[in-house]
Amino acid sequence: MKTKILMAMALFSGLYLVRNLYVILLQLPDEAAQGAIYRIMYFHVPGWITSFSAYFLAAVASIYYLVKRDSRADEFAVALTEVGTIFTMLGLGTGMVWARIIWGVWWVWDPRLTWAFICFLIYAGYLLLRKTIDEPGQRARIAAVVSLFAFVSVVITYKSIDWWRTQHPGAVLSFRTGGEQRMDPAMEHMLFQNWFALTAFAGVIMMLRLGQERMQRELDALRRYTHNL
Amino acid sequence: MDERNFQFMFYGFAVAWFLLAAYLLTLVARESKLRKEVDTLKRMLEERENKG
Repeated sequence: MKTKILMAMALFSGLYLVRNLYVILLQLPDEAAQGAIYRIMYFHVPGWITSFSAYFLAAVASIYYLVKRDSRADEFAVALTEVGTIFTMLGLGTGMVWARIIWGVWWVWDPRLTWAFICFLIYAGYLLLRKTIDEPGQRARIAAVVSLFAFVSVVITYKSIDWWRTQHPGAVLSFRTGGEQRMDPAMEHMLFQNWFALTAFAGVIMMLRLGQERMQRELDALRRYTHNL
Repeated sequence: MDERNFQFMFYGFAVAWFLLAAYLLTLVARESKLRKEVDTLKRMLEERENKG
């Protein structure tokens, strides 16, 4: 039953992404100054929102673990963080390609980009740290604390365009501008649709990763049992 | 569609799709490796119990 739901979600998100690609490439209006490259935005922005949502949920799961000591919360936290890190890489990669054309360089050390990179390093560090601690309880406890501190970098990255003058474009989405329309409504609508599709896809890979985390724990338990025989 | 910078738009899309596909493939490979390990350990345990 669970597998069937997962398969249905995977099929839905896959088809939705393909449909969105068709609309993005062939139906949406052009942007006056940037040419075709502006269409990267439909993966870049939803990628970052998906990534930040995953980190937020990972932080919530970490708090739950610290309060209840429920190992399932730790399983969720690691699965969410890993998926979030993939979407962070997606955001960084697509942003760099866009920057190469619009700014003439792949990368600048402006506050938004720098904090985005720091955010990536911190969460990559979280995933590496987990591999270095063998004792499951200690690993979950330390990882939960790191996850909470790591989330500070997400908040700073998100707010950096408000706090500092950045080369990175400022807020354009209406939920960040207090309802003011700074982009074509059709473009914004598509951006949200692709966010929905990417989030559905992220949900599928998160569930797959969660299943693997559980299997890994079963394997560790079997190894310990075998060792103690 | 305005075709200026189309090549780099393609690169950007390729980055996004490649990352997601590569991660998905990694997950599939990891899953099959884990299943094999769990099965091997379970079989070992069963053999030990049968001997004991």
